[in-house]
Amino acid sequence: MYVAVKGGERAIENAHRLLAHERRGDRDVAEVTLAQISEQLALGVDRVMTEGSLYDRELAALAIKQARGDMIEAIFLVRAFRATLPRFGATEPVNTGEMQVRRRISSTFKDVPGGQILGPTFDYTHRLLDPQLAEGFVPEQPATAEASQAATPRVTDILGRDGLIESSPQAEADAPVGDLTREPLSFPADRDLRLQNLARGDEGFLLALGYSTQRGYGRNHPFAGEIRFGEVEVELFAEDVGFAVPLGSIELTECQMVNQFKGSTTEAPCFTRGYGLAFGQSERKTMSMALVDRALRARELGEEAAAPAQDEEFVMSHSDNVQSTGFVEHLKLPHYVDFQSELGLLRKLRQEFAEANPAVELQEAAE
Amino acid sequence: MSSIGSDSKQAQRKAAMTVLAHAAAADIAGRLAAIAMPSHENLREPENGLVMVRGRIGGDGAPFNLGEATVSRAAVRLATGEVGFGYTLGRDAEKARMIALCDAMVQSAALSGEVEAKVIAPLRAAMNAERARKAAETAATRVDFYTMVRGEG
Repeated sequence: MYVAVKGGERAIENAHRLLAHERRGDRDVAEVTLAQISEQLALGVDRVMTEGSLYDRELAALAIKQARGDMIEAIFLVRAFRATLPRFGATEPVNTGEMQVRRRISSTFKDVPGGQILGPTFDYTHRLLDPQLAEGFVPEQPATAEASQAATPRVTDILGRDGLIESSPQAEADAPVGDLTREPLSFPADRDLRLQNLARGDEGFLLALGYSTQRGYGRNHPFAGEIRFGEVEVELFAEDVGFAVPLGSIELTECQMVNQFKGSTTEAPCFTRGYGLAFGQSERKTMSMALVDRALRARELGEEAAAPAQDEEFVMSHSDNVQSTGFVEHLKLPHYVDFQSELGLLRKLRQEFAEANPAVELQEAAE
Repeated sequence: MSSIGSDSKQAQRKAAMTVLAHAAAADIAGRLAAIAMPSHENLREPENGLVMVRGRIGGDGAPFNLGEATVSRAAVRLATGEVGFGYTLGRDAEKARMIALCDAMVQSAALSGEVEAKVIAPLRAAMNAERARKAAETAATRVDFYTMVRGEG
């Protein structure tokens, strides 16, 4: 039980004042701007938007600045902000097939229709620190080439045409879409809720779980069928306007994982799938999400579900870093009353033990 | 109004909204400054809110909730009666108001030609140029394993 304490107002106020001072750092060093964070620490902004579950680059940049670069604190700030605004509705589902692609790779087909497009990537860099970047580095203008007009169909659509991969589950047109920001989690959870949970889940947690499936804890034999990053258009059906209104575009990363096949006496064998989708350029996140999405389908696919990544209650209850940090970090708050009662009980037990065992000499506990 | 006429007007409004939502607020304001502002009032005060962005399972399956996005909206009415709506991602309520104003003008027989020529068309050209620039940069990173093999055969 947590019992409230009073007092300490002056100290708390001064601690926050000191925090503001430390956040600013050496005042002879230029203050970082939100535009600098958004432009030059773009992947950090993408992560805060994804796990903060709010697409707004400027707010995510502000959160990173306020949190002194502590990503989970920044995500917490963004989550708290979203509770201050009314929700106008839900968008039409985005069409990632019509993405203006900035990057699109497949590890399964080298000559995928539409081509392999590396885009801006850390892949194939040597991971050597670059001293040139320390200050005043002006990069070359990007190379250009004639853009292809060819469509870039999803790799899973191509496999699907031959029936080599399972098709995506469909829903009735007006079927409700689960929303864990509106209703508390209950189990078993449907795949729409699982994907929402994973989309806002902690990247590190999902990375570790995805990795665990590769190491044999719920192995599902994955290939990165396709990873794509780019801009997609967003539309909202607005009652007052009477049609789906374009809102502009957002950047998304999508990962289609192609996994071990299944079949039965009544169904021809085909590859199975895991899916990842996140705001911004979030490749590690979407790959991890797709691995875990597939692992969580164990029950549905008739697989033995013995590994942590296959346990939906375990995964979904611990994926949210705002919830996790809230409960872990609350241990820092004063628990004096709690602790005093534990201490009293412990003393009583030790006394009873001493009376029952007069031969054993008890050391005086340090207090 | 025939249904065909209203469909094409709706398509025109939607195309204009797409361009305006993609444009920076300062660029819309700059273009709007070039035309005589018709008399109008705010039907709905510009406001900020959220939309839940939805994806589809597997990219093409049943919808799921991905996460929210900030959005602004407004509605204006011209003195001549046309009601325009403005919706855009982000928290720039003034941008939403300007989009609503443009939408109302697009619906006005007297004003649609001018707003199309002086506001929408130049902003569309800028949007397309930006898309073409990104597409050309992206195209230079295309990996063409195919050509490498074919070159030796």
